[in-house]
Amino acid sequence: MFAVLNALRRSPVIVWISIAVLALYIFAALFAPLVAPFGETQIVGRAYEPWSTHFLLGTDNLGRDMFSRLIYGARNTIAITFIITILSSLLGSGAGVIAALFGGWVDQFLGRTVDVAMSVPALILALLLVSFLGNSVPILVLIVTFIEATRIFRVARSAAAAVVVTDYMEDANLRGESLSWKIFREILPNIMPPLMADFGLRFCFVVLLISSLSFLGLGIQPPTADWGSMVRDNATLISFGDTTPLLPAAAIGTLVIAINLIVDRIIDLSSGSPS
Amino acid sequence: MKALLKIITVRIGFALPTLLIVATLTFFGMALQPGDPAQALLGRDAAPESLAALRLELHLNEPIQVRYFTWLNDTLHGRLGTSFANKRDVVELIASRIGNTLFLAAFAAVLSIPFSLIIGVLTAHFRNSIFDRIVNIVSLSFVSFPEYFIGYIFIVIFAIKLRIFPSLAQIDPDSGFLSRVYQTFLPALTLSLAMSSHIMRLTRASVLNVVSSPFVEMAKLKGLSPLRVVVTHVLPNSLGPIINVVVLNLAYLVVGVVVVEVVFVYPGLGQLFVDAAAQRDFPVVQSITLLFAATYIGLNLIADVLAIATNPKLLHAR
Amino acid sequence: MRKLLTVRGLRIEAQSGGGRWTPVVNGLDLDLDCGEVLGLVGESGAGKSMTGLALMGYARDGTRIESGKISFDGVAVDNASESTIRSLRGARIAYVAQSAISSFNPAYRIITQYMEVPVLREYRTKQQAQAEAIELYARMRLPQPETIGFRYPHQLSGGQLQRAMTAMAMSCQPDLIIFDEPTTALDVTTQVEVLAAIKEVIRLHNTAAIFISHDLAVVAQMADRVMVLRSGNLVECANTRTILKAPAQDYTKSLWALRNSRKPEIPPTDQTPLLSVANLTARYTQGGDVLNDVCLAVGKQRTVAVVGESGSGKSTLARVITGILPPRAGAVFLNGRALPPKLKMRSPQDLRDIQMIYQSADTALNPRQTIGTILSRPLKVHRGLKSSEIDARIKELLEMVELPSEFSPRYPGELSGGQKQRVAIARALAAEPQIIICDEITSGLDQLVAENILKLLLKRQKEFGLSYLFITHDLATVDAIADDVAVMYQGRVVDHGVRSKVLAPPFHKYTEELLASVPQMDPDWLDNLLKARAAG
Repeated sequence: MFAVLNALRRSPVIVWISIAVLALYIFAALFAPLVAPFGETQIVGRAYEPWSTHFLLGTDNLGRDMFSRLIYGARNTIAITFIITILSSLLGSGAGVIAALFGGWVDQFLGRTVDVAMSVPALILALLLVSFLGNSVPILVLIVTFIEATRIFRVARSAAAAVVVTDYMEDANLRGESLSWKIFREILPNIMPPLMADFGLRFCFVVLLISSLSFLGLGIQPPTADWGSMVRDNATLISFGDTTPLLPAAAIGTLVIAINLIVDRIIDLSSGSPS
Repeated sequence: MKALLKIITVRIGFALPTLLIVATLTFFGMALQPGDPAQALLGRDAAPESLAALRLELHLNEPIQVRYFTWLNDTLHGRLGTSFANKRDVVELIASRIGNTLFLAAFAAVLSIPFSLIIGVLTAHFRNSIFDRIVNIVSLSFVSFPEYFIGYIFIVIFAIKLRIFPSLAQIDPDSGFLSRVYQTFLPALTLSLAMSSHIMRLTRASVLNVVSSPFVEMAKLKGLSPLRVVVTHVLPNSLGPIINVVVLNLAYLVVGVVVVEVVFVYPGLGQLFVDAAAQRDFPVVQSITLLFAATYIGLNLIADVLAIATNPKLLHAR
Repeated sequence: MRKLLTVRGLRIEAQSGGGRWTPVVNGLDLDLDCGEVLGLVGESGAGKSMTGLALMGYARDGTRIESGKISFDGVAVDNASESTIRSLRGARIAYVAQSAISSFNPAYRIITQYMEVPVLREYRTKQQAQAEAIELYARMRLPQPETIGFRYPHQLSGGQLQRAMTAMAMSCQPDLIIFDEPTTALDVTTQVEVLAAIKEVIRLHNTAAIFISHDLAVVAQMADRVMVLRSGNLVECANTRTILKAPAQDYTKSLWALRNSRKPEIPPTDQTPLLSVANLTARYTQGGDVLNDVCLAVGKQRTVAVVGESGSGKSTLARVITGILPPRAGAVFLNGRALPPKLKMRSPQDLRDIQMIYQSADTALNPRQTIGTILSRPLKVHRGLKSSEIDARIKELLEMVELPSEFSPRYPGELSGGQKQRVAIARALAAEPQIIICDEITSGLDQLVAENILKLLLKRQKEFGLSYLFITHDLATVDAIADDVAVMYQGRVVDHGVRSKVLAPPFHKYTEELLASVPQMDPDWLDNLLKARAAG
């Protein structure tokens, strides 16, 4: 981790800004109750009050403080996105490595399942599954984890497959190395670079998917503060030309851009040097 | 040529069962739901006799295998059932909206594809220039912000502040072509932006990949002019990957329409789908899912086939 | 005879990962007369390729021509305009690349690419160019010269493509052709054909040429004069015959030392062989048999060289012996006992007794493990050493392969090709096996480095009583290391026995062809061979 930060030191300004943005978001997410002036669901005034010194970004459709909701939204959105990204990475990479290592019918079975799951686009599949299973938070996590795991499966499998055919892998087989050695010491260290890059980008896909679902009313339900559903709830304000309801969406966009720039930079650095 | 046909047949051979599996899964997802479809259709106050009669008509009392094959048969013959939410025939519902969605998608494609292909090739040619960097940041922004954000921003700027375009797309079946174009412009633009970004980036990557090939170096070493190198040697070999990119992005439209139609309240399949999902209107959800899946699978299949057809190594056997 | 090309003080730099420019060619001087062939010889990294490209005013991405005067027939290439340089390329100076399959555009027919430059520059009409192409193809002895041009690059073999590329270079009858390692990727028997074709065609039109190669024997066949390069500097430049008979510099002498080393003869004993294979037939999932009824034996403390070209099945043989690929028929015996065909069923002792070293150390060592970790595995798995004993043993192993013990915490990416191969040898030795299979282990290495590796193997063989199954396509290596030889051709063993018997007359037909195709350090060798073929 520190090696990465060290390497990033000599980077263009925009990468540094991105790191700062990311850090800001993480800070807001971690310390939301301390930073937000008001409570997440606390009603503090009338609906749609304009920006003021009291309510920095005005109030929303129920009279809650927009600024506080924005901060709590950071916490909720980032938390659920992070959990889903971790779970799907574990599931997808695990399955991908197993498929590449064992080959044969294991590979075929997992591969075909993923093919079928990916034949329906992510948002459509999510909407379909939500209509079948409901949209409580655990169900949402399960659905999106599964959907994203299929994408990660492909990345992990293809990276692991490249390792499985190397001479050093054959050498490990000739030595009769244990399965756990082969997975964790031969394959995994060599597929980390593409997986790490994917983790960052996957986070972005998940946050966009969740926010789209919430925006459509089928994701995170109010009164929980979520960036996607906040746009939906306050949409009427937009027809009056006020762009305040779009701030949560802008927050998402900024976060995604920042992550993309950081990941791009890391990829650039790692393809330049040998280690 | 024979090899090509064989590969195409194999691909189709995979696509059809995939569609069937998706269809089957949607059927079982629906069939295993708690609740009574007959009641959903007739409402809470329905008389027991009417419920019983409807259950008979919908084969709800039969074992699940029979129900499955009946459903499959019905679907293949175009009988898609009745909407729980508004009691209309699903086929009729879809038919009334599919034209609108296709128009929107086509419009977005026309706005996006030629433009982004050209920009993509230019950014590859002027790699790492200021132009390239700016395009990179701008296209990154368009894929990073949610589509609804971009849609609403356009509404605020063009519809509310500048009053050039309407904020809600009001199309009825008799709208003339120009009227349609006018009403649909903002949603189509929103859709086309994310698509453009993807196409630009992937085109750039494909072209750069070809540009670094040894045979392009050879072309330079033969003293050919830069223009000739690009047109005769780079482009024909980039064609395959680029076509692949374009078709795959058309597949993206299937998803994009959903959010865009909701933002602009556009009367298309996307909005229908979202409403149906929210209302748990399974016949509609199922049918549209199948339609979207078939389109998506079909486009991927075409992309696959075109990628193979433009690869000379596969066209002319050893 | 007027000078065609003069180069003074050529300096080329390359950009490293951090962005710094380091010199790779330091102030080279070069002269070339019309119709003269100059050979550029050196090991990899000597700067030969970059020099060749610089003569055309071209520098690859990441390199630049820093300074130097390059004058081609009076035209100053070093500061000419882009359009002047372009007008020279293809028409007056042509280039033949190392890999023909990558250098042809896969989307067009061979003959279309031939015609591109002459028609564009209006030197020939389409019909004229086409007719000339066919004539050239015939002269270069390509099969079906009238129709071969109408095929696509992927439909031709490597040797055919290389000749087609040479023909393409001749299309405008240039004054100079630069051949950049044109036969390095080809089998010896194919190489002979290509060299003969090139020689004939450039003689015919009195074309000057610069022939780049790391193989001095090959260069000796083609060049009138030879320049030896090392790390971007000129070592020696002289007439071909002079440089072969009486090289002035030690470095030049060392370049073909390998060809002169010969292992002393050791008579075979009657003991049961350590390893033998009987009637081995094997195939991969698709296609026919890759090995057909192969019989082979390796005696104790003896080295058997398995010689063959690509497609002979030599690598497949190794994989059957180690158990990776179970054979369709036949068996492998170790110390007289039949080994289970599948790897999974073999005992730990079997796994220990047979070790393998691969051709490319880049893919044979896990880039994410330290040298220490790599060496510790066989110690743990095969020898059951405890953690406390491992470090000491690793030090010993590194000494055995003449590497410093400081290498233990390093990663493979930090080592050179030769050093990595030594680590691979140490890994094989760590198991304390009875036999080591070496699969083309010196093929990717420079001659000097390769020679040292072979010396190392011989030393350890004496010390530990090891046997080697040495797979190679290079006959000079066979002379240096083998006691017995087995010659393979298309999946069968066509000749085997003691080295002195196999490599001396009377030969098996294929062995004879193989031996005859190896370029000798005699400038007349190629001409004599061709004359003999024409007569016989």
